[in-house]
Amino acid sequence: MDRAALAGVRIADFAWAWAGAHAGTLLAFLGAEVIKIESLIRPDFSRTRSLTTGQKFEGLDQSAVFNDINLGKLSVRINLGHPRGLELAKAIVQISDVVTQNWRPGAMELFGLGYKDLSEVKPDIIYLSSSAQGMTGPEGRSLGLAPDFAAIGGLSYITGYADGPPTELAGEIDLLSAYTSAFAILAALNYRQQSGYGQHIDTSSSEAISVLIGEVLMDYTMNGRVQCRQGNRDEFMAPHNCYRCRGEDKWVSIAVGSDEEWRAFTNAIGNPEWTEYPSFSDAHSRWRNQQQLDKLVEDWTLARSHYEVMEILQQAGVAAVPSFNSQELYSDPHLKERRFWQEIEHPIIGRQTVAGPPWKLSATPARVYRHGPLLGEHNEYVFGELLGLPSDEIVRLVEEKIIY
Amino acid sequence: MPERALGGVRVLEYAQFAAGPYCAKLLADLGAEVVKVEKPGAGDEARNRGPFLNDVPHLEWSGLFLYLNTNKLGITLNPEAATGTEVFKELVRGVDILIEDKPPQLMKELGLDYQALEAANPRLVMTSITPFGQTGYYAEYKAYCLNSYHSGLLGYLSPRNSPNLDREPIKAGGLVGEYSCGLNAALATLAALYSQRATGSGQHVDVSKQESLISLQRVFAAFYPNQGINPTRLAQATGMGGVMRCQDGYISVNFVEDHQWQAVVRLMGNPGWAQDERYKDIAFRAAHWEEIEPMISEWMLSHTREEIHRWTQESCPSGPVMSAEEVVNSAQAKARGFFTNIDHPAAGMAKYPTAPYIFSETPWAVDRSAPLLGEHNEQIYCGRLGHTRQDLVRMRQAGII
Repeated sequence: MDRAALAGVRIADFAWAWAGAHAGTLLAFLGAEVIKIESLIRPDFSRTRSLTTGQKFEGLDQSAVFNDINLGKLSVRINLGHPRGLELAKAIVQISDVVTQNWRPGAMELFGLGYKDLSEVKPDIIYLSSSAQGMTGPEGRSLGLAPDFAAIGGLSYITGYADGPPTELAGEIDLLSAYTSAFAILAALNYRQQSGYGQHIDTSSSEAISVLIGEVLMDYTMNGRVQCRQGNRDEFMAPHNCYRCRGEDKWVSIAVGSDEEWRAFTNAIGNPEWTEYPSFSDAHSRWRNQQQLDKLVEDWTLARSHYEVMEILQQAGVAAVPSFNSQELYSDPHLKERRFWQEIEHPIIGRQTVAGPPWKLSATPARVYRHGPLLGEHNEYVFGELLGLPSDEIVRLVEEKIIY
Repeated sequence: MPERALGGVRVLEYAQFAAGPYCAKLLADLGAEVVKVEKPGAGDEARNRGPFLNDVPHLEWSGLFLYLNTNKLGITLNPEAATGTEVFKELVRGVDILIEDKPPQLMKELGLDYQALEAANPRLVMTSITPFGQTGYYAEYKAYCLNSYHSGLLGYLSPRNSPNLDREPIKAGGLVGEYSCGLNAALATLAALYSQRATGSGQHVDVSKQESLISLQRVFAAFYPNQGINPTRLAQATGMGGVMRCQDGYISVNFVEDHQWQAVVRLMGNPGWAQDERYKDIAFRAAHWEEIEPMISEWMLSHTREEIHRWTQESCPSGPVMSAEEVVNSAQAKARGFFTNIDHPAAGMAKYPTAPYIFSETPWAVDRSAPLLGEHNEQIYCGRLGHTRQDLVRMRQAGII
């Protein structure tokens, strides 16, 4: 088997839910050994319910959501409320390179698991804290979920129809926070590889959204302008929208970015009379008259499937891509050719199809190494093999409900 | 002076607009030396996009460009001319990382694909960021920000909570999709760098924007194969609140656990309807959301975002919907130093967002503002590659730089 990019990196993962937990999964795709440290007092809530659909799961090992967000990890279950349990958690940290956590700011410290505590145990530890608004400042102890990060970060305000309310955003917002944390951890790992030093990283999930709208924020700081919602519209391009196609709720996105592309577009659709109207003769007039233009474009797309529109326009060099749904992405020939979807066998919920890692690395391929762990599935490996506890002590720890 | 996390790392950027430049910016801001290659004359497309300082179009006044290119050195080069291709390879020999966003076929035609560049520099980590990746049926398809966003499910699911499917799905505001792909690519690039330093060999990192974005909605994306369900943007009550209207705008409040629901009930003044025990169950609330929502709304409408946020924070996650102005002026942003003033020789002083992470040992920092077009030609071509100043003149006349 090929070497993994992060071969030899071990992560003690105290994170939960989505934003915190998925950072570890991304690093697991890259070959890190991620040990999720769980407890019965407060099981990861994606083990019990889906916040996106409200769905509840029967046991603690039945959640397809937990599986998907925690792919590739190992799990141990420790009673962190017991001093010996705490010692065991610290022993795991001692043999790890990275700690990740997204408890409410201050909570890890209450358990004696803060950066200061753990850097005493492992001086070169990289310790990632992820929270709603960061650990400092007046909102430094804030509670938040994905829709809150998008709201505070400024993205909800600018997402929506021009005549509609701001949009609630969820799943991708959490995962953007996870990607941000994983990136920061990798920067710190690179630094430690060169210098030998660890450090603490304080990630704000709301700032993780704000940095993605840099030019919108700078329009305010440079020009005092507060940008608002504008659907699919662009500042300059037209056509630039989603157009209804044949079928139920089928749409294609079309964007025309230059006069050259406009000519390619009009040729591809057979140069109907309206394409010669003076009101569409240059980029600015097309932009000004885009409402009228959108209707005419849609008259053309409505008679075709969104795949057909994509093929016709892409052949002509015009950017047109369907607004794909889950079913279409699953059966899409391009993603099949790239083997994007992968199947993984989960011992309780059975075979699951999951999105593979979102990068193809030629020398150190990223992989979905295993299903999301069952609660405490790797107690034996971690306590026995990694920490070297004799089996009679493990039995005793189980009897005393310190590990379970 | 504190150390930089990526000090000593050399990066060449041959990318424009938002995704590739954001990827390289993330590295530059942590101390990597990034040399950005721009088209002679016109430069990066982002220079021609707003927002422009004072709304005056100018190559050096684009807020988008200024933000995405802090801490980089800038040179001009046309790698599509024969001499340009050679110079490009000279540049590649001296770096750890190349970030590029050109159509795969074009790079091959130019002799600048990974195979060719690996021969020039076996340690090279080459990160390619394209709409659909390096391989596959759509590899050469075009996509702007709008198209990519819709290619990866995020568009189809938006706007969340639509009352019906009459209106078109939309993209998120700004260029969030593009930035997100840049972030995803930067993550993989650093993993490849880590591996390069451990093993001595580089590799090609193929990043598809479509796959990057699908992965951000990976749970919904896998609904169809696993459950036969096609999630849409239609409203689906979860019983846990969400973005709601209040007196001075909108606020997101979430009540998932029993104690959180009870906290909200207390805040509403323990109204009679809320005493029904069944409402404690989130599933029951979800099923009866149409009845509950107007009553919660009534309470929300009589209070401001600030009040609701402060009160609910005792037990519930919440967040006011904030405009750009409010994000920039927030007390939290000030306390964390989330914005910083950067002086630029052409655009002057402006406030820029910094970074969403605070490193205890290797702080994020700005050493220089975005480069002027071709600002570092002499420094790189003469100082680094050893060309003479007369060479530069000749290359300029030939349209290569």
